[in-house]
Amino acid sequence: MNAALAFDLLLIAALVWSAARALTVADLFRGVVLFIVFGLLMALAWARLGAPDIALAEAAIGAGLTGALLLDAVGHLRAKRAPDA
Amino acid sequence: MKHALPALIVALAALLGVALAAALLDLPPHAVRLPGDVAANLAASGVAHPITAVLLNFRGYDTLLEIAVLLLALFGVLALVKPHAATPAVPAHPLLQTLAKLLAPLMVLVAGYLLWVGAIAPGGAFQAGAVLAAAGVLLRLAGLLPAWAAPGLLLRAGLALGLLVFVAVAVAVLGHATLLTYPPALAGGLILLIEAALTLSIGLTLAALYLASTEVRP
Repeated sequence: MNAALAFDLLLIAALVWSAARALTVADLFRGVVLFIVFGLLMALAWARLGAPDIALAEAAIGAGLTGALLLDAVGHLRAKRAPDA
Repeated sequence: MKHALPALIVALAALLGVALAAALLDLPPHAVRLPGDVAANLAASGVAHPITAVLLNFRGYDTLLEIAVLLLALFGVLALVKPHAATPAVPAHPLLQTLAKLLAPLMVLVAGYLLWVGAIAPGGAFQAGAVLAAAGVLLRLAGLLPAWAAPGLLLRAGLALGLLVFVAVAVAVLGHATLLTYPPALAGGLILLIEAALTLSIGLTLAALYLASTEVRP
């Protein structure tokens, strides 16, 4: 097995794992962080598939800006829940 | 009972996955040869990078509508935000402030580079706009930018500029041929003009989605 194939298989495994964890983890903050990890791995996958344009967009918008928006939403949810607790 | 809905969603998603895989296997090999067509017409598109040629020239209509959708999404967010609820910036850690001040000009430079290089290599308005927006979000997190609840006239003009310039160019070339068919001699300049306006508007819109969402109507 050559190194490129091993890397791709590892990438696929990491993608599926981070996607599954992002959806199933109980803590919202962890879910968002896993979503960002998934976005960055996905950008790597696009780069491996020879689509650098999509890789750039995925890293900047999918992982970066969506991640920032989701983190902001988690912060708001926590601030809203804090007085009740 | 509590796990019934997630189980149903997983089952439906798995079904969709199987259907997609089946459709992929059923696909005839090379039904259309789009890469060949793009390569054959690249010289007339005004740019040297095939992706930019498709996005801004051959399929410019899709990109035009994408920008309109992005602007509509921002309208939706602004409708949810309390009027006059602009919150003052909370000063962050001095280290973060210094870092943001150092990085922001660099990010504007990178955005300009991505915009320019889009004509010949991977890059373009969306990526450049996203980097601009990231600079805005970083400045906000560092407490150097206030949240915007009600964008002023200048900001509104900047948000609408991309769509307006795109529509103006589309209308201007109507006399030449069909919608968004640029004259080959002017194509390069027109695409750069549209992309420059798009970069500014995309950057402002994506940043505004974050900056405007700070105070939401209960």
